[in-house]
Amino acid sequence: MNSALTSTAPTDGAERQPAVAGKRLQTDWSSPAMRSRVRARYRAEATFRYTGLAALLLAALFLGFLLFTIVRDGWTGFQSTDVKVSVTYDPATLMIDPAALKTPEAAQALRSADYAALMIEAVGQLGGAADVVSEGAWLILRENLEADPTLLGKTQSVWVPAKSNIDLLAKGKFDLAEPELTRGVSDDDVSDYTQLKQRGLLRTGFNRIFVTMADSTNPELAGIWGAALGSLLTLLITIGLSFPIGVMAAIYLEEFAPRNRWTDLIEVSINNLAAVPSIIFGLLGLAVFLNFFGMPRSAPLVGGLTLALMTLPVIVIASRVAIKAVPPSIRDAALGIGSSPIQVVFQHVIPMALPGILTGTIIGMARALGETAPLLLIGMRAFVVDTPQGFESPATVLPVQVFLWSDDVQRGFIEKTSAAIIVLLVILLLMNSLAIYLRNKFERRW
Amino acid sequence: MSDYPSNTVPETKMTARNVSVFYGAKQALKSVSIDVSREHVTAFIGPSGCGKSTFLRCFNRMNDTVESARVEGEIKLDGTDVYSPEMDVVQLRARVGMVFQKPNPFPKSIYENIAYGPRIHGLARSKADMDGIVEGSLRRAGLWDEVKDRLAESGTAMSGGQQQRLCIARAIAVDPEVILMDEPCSALDPIATAKIEELIDELRGRYAIVIVTHNMQQAARVSQKTAFFHLGTMVEYGDTSTIFTNPAESRTKDYITGRYG
Repeated sequence: MNSALTSTAPTDGAERQPAVAGKRLQTDWSSPAMRSRVRARYRAEATFRYTGLAALLLAALFLGFLLFTIVRDGWTGFQSTDVKVSVTYDPATLMIDPAALKTPEAAQALRSADYAALMIEAVGQLGGAADVVSEGAWLILRENLEADPTLLGKTQSVWVPAKSNIDLLAKGKFDLAEPELTRGVSDDDVSDYTQLKQRGLLRTGFNRIFVTMADSTNPELAGIWGAALGSLLTLLITIGLSFPIGVMAAIYLEEFAPRNRWTDLIEVSINNLAAVPSIIFGLLGLAVFLNFFGMPRSAPLVGGLTLALMTLPVIVIASRVAIKAVPPSIRDAALGIGSSPIQVVFQHVIPMALPGILTGTIIGMARALGETAPLLLIGMRAFVVDTPQGFESPATVLPVQVFLWSDDVQRGFIEKTSAAIIVLLVILLLMNSLAIYLRNKFERRW
Repeated sequence: MSDYPSNTVPETKMTARNVSVFYGAKQALKSVSIDVSREHVTAFIGPSGCGKSTFLRCFNRMNDTVESARVEGEIKLDGTDVYSPEMDVVQLRARVGMVFQKPNPFPKSIYENIAYGPRIHGLARSKADMDGIVEGSLRRAGLWDEVKDRLAESGTAMSGGQQQRLCIARAIAVDPEVILMDEPCSALDPIATAKIEELIDELRGRYAIVIVTHNMQQAARVSQKTAFFHLGTMVEYGDTSTIFTNPAESRTKDYITGRYG
């Protein structure tokens, strides 16, 4: 190093001396110690940046893996295998008196006929492969005959759902090289499948049952529509209650309530409520809505009420933050030309706070859509084979359906579980897109 | 400046008698009395924190929005106490308009900014009526020629000076009797300030104007009456020419000559 420079430049020790007034030495910005400090700072910055990037990549990797496995396992859930059978709608087998079809009780006669026997007869014609169709396949026959009563006595080729093992074999879900004991499907089923396949009596296509029906004990007859509708009805109740009440509460607390011990207490309570585990809300719902008010169990009404209690604090907090963020100068401006307080709130504050309010609401609703625990406690884990008819009829919801199916021992429910998760995620995605659309629409800043 | 004959007694629009304002336990304004004339521009001057803005905000009861604020004394508009039950505060603020320190247009179009006040007070019978009010207000605020082709554009996208004139036009649109201006030029550059001052001069006579300002030259330029405030009291009130050339109080003189403030 240049000796002249070292003589004038302070050593690092000198730099660190406490700055006594008037005696502080001039800082040498090019000393080695200073340079190494600068390098260390850049190093720290780079380390921080790459750590962040690594975290992001890891998160993306996990998400990708999750989505990949779900879609891999689940997409076959949207497909089903049908068996072609030849059916003769024989009135004797069906135990229908043809004369009864001309009376006003015709519909009743068609509905209560013995289609199961007809199905057994039809499947018998398949020869060795006698138990390949689903237990509920006869429903297709009833549907057909009810749609067209003139079919009575005639013969028709019908595609009916295959039983779950045949369906899974068709989708290649079994390793046929394994011995019978461990591969999960009997040799009988495998030979039935091979025989049907060779005769061209099998087809795999879109699973109409899955998207139109509700739960069933048979995987091939189980559908997601019941749970989806249950979720929809439940969320309607939830948003219908928690949005107006939450926003009004936030407006009152922010714009009108005086600041005193009571409002402080309310604020603390709301913040605490937002942190209460959801299962506690389930217990609350059980105690209040079911036991005290005697509302029906397993109903979307009660589920919606319970989830509304859970969502309310989230909406109140988000709305208060959004309202607080509206600049006071806008309130002054509106008051200054003679707006009443209500006009200030509804014509100026709320429109400006709406994007934030909607974001908070959608976060709350997304949480409500994915919530399972509180609904288990109010009986929404019931096995419901009918799609819900209204807010008071028994129903289940998507996450509970996922939970129930994932618990089932039958192999056919594996793909149904993943398929149900896909439906849940798609609905979530749609809801979030709607929220983002609404937010951008209202966020049009002038 | 004041080429007004100072011997004529102008009609009084608003009067304040022994007005004191407290923020909690702290007294911000100590028993101030003043008469605001209908035809003049009245300026409140004084150093920061002297209570002039607090006093101004009593005239249209904007202090109501400050939770800890308490106002004592009597303020009358045309002989009616503004704090009495007969005085509706919403009506009061329509009759006594206000322009704030920082331009605060609504995040709406220029047209909507002006039309909002007349609409909530039901001043326009028809769309054409409203168009007329908007045009008239913008014209009187000297903004019409600049914005007539972009009335649908945002009020917040304009320059600071234009925004402040928009706020003045918004106040005018409600057809008030008094306009209170709280340091309307403190956030503006000298050219925009000059335009606002010109505008104030043009509005004089039609509206009673009270302006709070930090800028003594501004008070000298735009006002005919000046009140000097210091530490919560009104030290001196009189014709602007007298206050600036021959103040009665030494504190006024010291402030005006720049010894403090």
